[in-house]
Parts: sequence; C-alpha cells; structure tokens
Amino acid sequence: MFQYEFMINAFAAAGIVAVVSGMVGFFLVMRGQTFAGHALSHIGFAGATGAGLIGIAPIWGLLGFTLGAGVGMGMLGERITNRDVAIGVVLALALGFGLLFLHYYTSFATQATAILFGNVLAVDRFTIAVLSGLAVVTLAALAAIMRPLVFASLQPELAEAKGVPLRFVSTAFLALVALAVSECAQIVGVLLVFTLMVGPPAAAQNLTGRLWTGLALSAGLALAEAWVGIALAYYTDWPVSFCIAILSALAYFGSIAAPQWRGRSKLESPAEWQA
Amino acid sequence: MNVIDLDRATIQVGGRNVLSEISLSIGAGEFVGVLGPNGSGKTTLMRALLGLIQPTGGGIRVFGRPPRRGNPEIGYMPQVRTVLPDLRVRGFDVIASSVNGERWGLPTLAAADRRTIQTTLAAVGAGDLAERPLAEMSGGERQRLLLAQALIGAPRLLLLDEPLISLDASHQEVVIDFVHGFSRERGITVLFSAHELNQLLGFLDRVLYLGRGRAALGTVEEVVTAPVLSRLYGTEIDVVHADGHIFVMSHGHNVERAVHLHEEDHAHSHQHDPGHVSI
Repeated sequence: MFQYEFMINAFAAAGIVAVVSGMVGFFLVMRGQTFAGHALSHIGFAGATGAGLIGIAPIWGLLGFTLGAGVGMGMLGERITNRDVAIGVVLALALGFGLLFLHYYTSFATQATAILFGNVLAVDRFTIAVLSGLAVVTLAALAAIMRPLVFASLQPELAEAKGVPLRFVSTAFLALVALAVSECAQIVGVLLVFTLMVGPPAAAQNLTGRLWTGLALSAGLALAEAWVGIALAYYTDWPVSFCIAILSALAYFGSIAAPQWRGRSKLESPAEWQA
Repeated sequence: MNVIDLDRATIQVGGRNVLSEISLSIGAGEFVGVLGPNGSGKTTLMRALLGLIQPTGGGIRVFGRPPRRGNPEIGYMPQVRTVLPDLRVRGFDVIASSVNGERWGLPTLAAADRRTIQTTLAAVGAGDLAERPLAEMSGGERQRLLLAQALIGAPRLLLLDEPLISLDASHQEVVIDFVHGFSRERGITVLFSAHELNQLLGFLDRVLYLGRGRAALGTVEEVVTAPVLSRLYGTEIDVVHADGHIFVMSHGHNVERAVHLHEEDHAHSHQHDPGHVSI
C-alpha cells in the first residue's frame, strides 16, 4: 500500500494530527470540556463552508472560526464554557450558518462531505506542510502552558490562590483546542473529531492515573487508531473515518472493562502499595 | 510582628458586606478555630488573606504586608467540592500539580519534591492514596490528600477551610491532632474553620467567631458565651456546658449540629449560601 503517494501522504498527515489530537484531547477530557471541543468543530464547519464561498481553502476558514470561537469562549469564562445549553445553541447556530453558506455556493456541496467526514486520502504535500506547522505551534504552546494547565484543571481554587492566571490559561488552552480541532477535521472531519480527540484520551485515563503515562498513552492510542484505521480502509474499501471511529470506540469500551482485572491484581498485593 | 492584622476591614461579596469593619490581630504560632454559621464569612476571610478578594474598606496585612496571590508562606486547603470531576488522576499527581504549579513549562518534578510529597502523604496517614485515582477516593480520603498538599513547601501560615467535613470522628481526631502537633513543632500559625467547636476544644489557643458581618476573637471562655454569640447570630443563644463539651443552643436546638446536618444534606452543592443561617 506504500507504493501510492496518496497513501504515504495519508499516513504522514494522520500521524501528525493523531499525536496533536491525543495530547490536546488528554487535557480536554481532564477538564471535562469535551462538549466545548465538539462545539468548536461545528463552528469550524461554518468557517470551512464560508471559506469555500469566498474562494479560499476550507482549512483557513476552519482555523479562523474555531480560533475566534475558542478565544471567545475562554474570555467569557466558565459560565459559558461549561454550560451545555449555551454551547448547544451556538453549535446549532454554527451548523445553520454552514448550511446557508453551502446553499449559496452549490458547486461546493461535493466538498461538504469531505469537511463533515474527512478525506485523508486526498491530502496533498501542501496540506501536510500546513498540518506540520500547526502541529509544531500547538505542541510548543501546550508545553509552555502545561504546568499551570494541569494545576488549574485539577485544583482551580488552589491554583488561583497560588497566582495562576486562570482566565488566561483557560483561554490559551481553548485556542489550542481550536487548532487541534482544525487539524483533526482534515483527517476525520468535523463530525468525527471525537474519535481522535476524546476516544483515545478517555481510554488512556481509564487505563492509568499517571499524568505522563496517560499523556503518552493517549497520543499512542490516537496514532495507532489513525494508522490502523487507514490500513483497514485500504484493505476493506470502507471509509477511513469509519474505521478510525470503530477502533476508537473499541479502545474506549475496552478500557472500561480493563480496570476490573487490574483491580484484582492490586488486591493480591495490598502490602506493596500501602507502604 | 503579627501574622495577621485586620484594621477595620470590610469585605464585600456580591455587593453584600460579608465582614464589616473587622479589627483583629493573630500572632505567630497561634492555633485559631474559625467558627460561625453558614455564609458568615469563614471562606471569604481566608480568600481575602490569600489576596483573592480585596477589602472595600480598611486594611489587611499578612506578615506585615498587604495580601498577595501566590504567597509561598501560606498553605491553603480549600473546602472540598463534592462536584469534583470524575478524575482518574492518581493522588500523587494531584498533589504534584500544585508544586510550583504556577510556573510555565512542562510539569516536571525534582527528586526532592517527590520525596517531600511521599513523606508528607505518609505523615497524614495517606501514603496509600498516592497511587489511587481521585475518582475512587471517598470524601475523607480526598480531605487527607488536600491536607497533605497544604503542608508542602514549609508554610508559616495554614488556612484550612473546613478540613473536617466528610471525615468520620476518628479521622477528625487524627487530623486535628496532626495539624496541632505539626504547627506547634514548627511554630506555624493556623486558621482552622469548622462547624463544631467540641472536637477542637483543648487544641485552640483562641477562637474566631463570625456572624452577621461581625467577629469576636478570644479564648473559648471569652467568646463562646451567650451574650457574644447572641450578638453574632442575631438571635437569643444559650451556651450549655456539659461533661466537658460546649453546646451552642438556640430555642432548644443545637445550632452547630443543625448547620452541620444541613450541609451534609445538601452535599455542599452550594458552597456558601449567602444570607442563609440555619437554626
């Protein structure tokens, strides 16, 4: 399957995006903001179709809209970010606008499916370059804010008392989520960003309580799901996004079942972990 | 030098004077119990000392300086929220997040910090919590974890907001005894807020009673009296001494017990319900 350039491009793009999604998604799940991430991707849909309407590449519309919305949500604070109803309304509004833009630019409609469900097999060299650049920026920024981000996510009251600028950290993080969503949508589409941004981190957090192990496991799971998904699609001719979605769900439900045998093995040696 | 000085300090929350023109001083090494009905300003006072709320009038000084966020001399244990997210993060990493957590960059930890965390956890009898995920801990276990965290970094002032909530009687004793011994040994000043006075009797140097915007600071004998508490509660209060215990009663009901049960019922969903005084 590696004799085709489009397959190599697909593996490269999916690899880059999976690692970014797994890492950013790890904190998204830890902070309980997965629904906000979902909303950002839908807002991105309006951005992508809007970009098509004015004749620029969808990814710039995606980036612009998700970044604007992410920073806006961060500045409005917890009141909006963690409120399901407000997010739901904005999410529906964004999809509505996406539909409106499609309505006025009908020849673009064929690309709508690609935006909604992804089209990793059509990724070209230029897109890979854009994704790589975005990935470097996203991961570098994540590394810069990671320490206060973990503190603020686990213990907001104490973090505030210790001088962590909660609003800034929260806004910066949602901007990173916006970047990750824009990248992720290139691979699995705006409707399926959960498969790489929520499934792998949630599974990783079920499997380990350790921060670094969890982060690495989350990125590793996302990478494995993306690559195995593409290979599976190659041999079965099923859509790639479907294959990744199936693997993501399998890993998540598998991780829920896992702690049961893990708990048993712990009980056998209680003296060791009480010491 | 006093550790805490309030000079006619007025602190507002949501436009309401939670504390009005309070003046008091607390010296080094004092173990002070902070009591009072719900919404009387126990948490607000601590937040003001941490520099999270600015007084609207008067002055506050901590170690001789105006309060500022991120003061490493203060160890703080916030009230435990029951609506904690279902976090699978292990206890060790929860505490580790607070060690220099305000700095930028990656959350790395020096070997010395690791040892400090382990020994502090062991000291509060929570060594086994290091590897357990937060989501699997009981309320009492989370309390002990957060208490250990407040002690890390050699603070000179400890602000403990309701550290006894959701602990059973034997663990309450362990916690009080430990905090008392720890503070005596190192000359640390402690503000320890609680719903019930009795467990703390015998440990307290002084008691700070808050109510209706006012405050009374003094020994238990001076403060826990019918006239002082009647003024703070705004209703007629009887103080009954029986068998080495003190009961604060209003019209035949135990005020502290009522407040305590009320909090348990509501599972602390509204952390502090302003204006609510349950009698």
